[in-house]
Amino acid sequence: MQAEPFAAPVFQTSSLTLSLEGGSYELLLHAPPCNEIGTTMLDALEGALDRIDTSVGHSLIIRSGLEAGFCAGANLRELYTAIAAGKDATHHERLAAWLDRIHAVMDRIDMLPLTTVGVVHRVCFGGGFELALTCDILIAEKNARFAFPELRLGIIPGFGGIPRLRRDVGNAVVRDLLITGRTFNANKAQEVGLVSQVVPEGEGVRAAKALTAQQSKYDRDARVSCKAFMKPLPIEELAAEKAIFLRLFHNDAVTEGLRRFVESTDVRPYLPS
Amino acid sequence: METVNTLMQLAAKRFKVDAATLRAEDDFFAKLGIDSLKALDLLSDVEDKFDVEIPDYELQGVVTFAALAAVIDTRR
Repeated sequence: MQAEPFAAPVFQTSSLTLSLEGGSYELLLHAPPCNEIGTTMLDALEGALDRIDTSVGHSLIIRSGLEAGFCAGANLRELYTAIAAGKDATHHERLAAWLDRIHAVMDRIDMLPLTTVGVVHRVCFGGGFELALTCDILIAEKNARFAFPELRLGIIPGFGGIPRLRRDVGNAVVRDLLITGRTFNANKAQEVGLVSQVVPEGEGVRAAKALTAQQSKYDRDARVSCKAFMKPLPIEELAAEKAIFLRLFHNDAVTEGLRRFVESTDVRPYLPS
Repeated sequence: METVNTLMQLAAKRFKVDAATLRAEDDFFAKLGIDSLKALDLLSDVEDKFDVEIPDYELQGVVTFAALAAVIDTRR
């Protein structure tokens, strides 16, 4: 795991750094404890996307500079704080607007006319997994683990993860991940077709750079057309997932699930219980 | 016995401790001072070394090397 960006920053916040080297952008996430996606990360992702010049770059590598992993998912503390403050008349609208912003960011990354490569190590859970699934190609370091633990909180993934996972792998695999909440290791993720390369710990960046350098030799129109053809946005399913997420989020079980997680001092919060 | 010994060697290597200080009945969370994220690293090592797949919900309540070795053996 390489903690530093590989070139001078084009854009930088406390959550991430965007850099550009030889036509390849790098989006380095570095918001402790594990790049949780809340308002701050969302602002940063929007800012970074605004600064990507697709006429200059040919690719984007998304990775984490934190030892803890790629991304642990949504910022549950922020969600719990918002929900615990009480549900007034505008609660649903505010939640829906927040979710729309996240979907817009995920959709923008998904459809970038660049080759996007996610480099994953250790934790790739929930919203972090959903972010990884926006990438065209995933490279997993040997210690990567993928999971959708949302059902433990009484919800489903809500950042577009289910349609994107279904776009890439078989429905039985999707159900296994969702219904059990278990983690897949890197080899299992490759076996089911989610990950294209498994590399030793610390080798992900090198592998991603080699990949982006290779694809940069090909005609831009061919690359972009190929991606658009093979990776359509599952618009209807994304909307359906969002609706289910919003409905479930109003259940009391969610408040209780979030409270348990936020207040937990257990050393095993990331293992099923 | 073979499984638990190999497991303790794996844990010692992963968390840079002397394997000779580990005992089968040790609580590996306490003994190694690890949290759930580090335990998942150990699980990845275990699945790789023993060529097994262990759904992590089967590890609820499993805290000793001996207990983890028993789960590994049921999957081999």
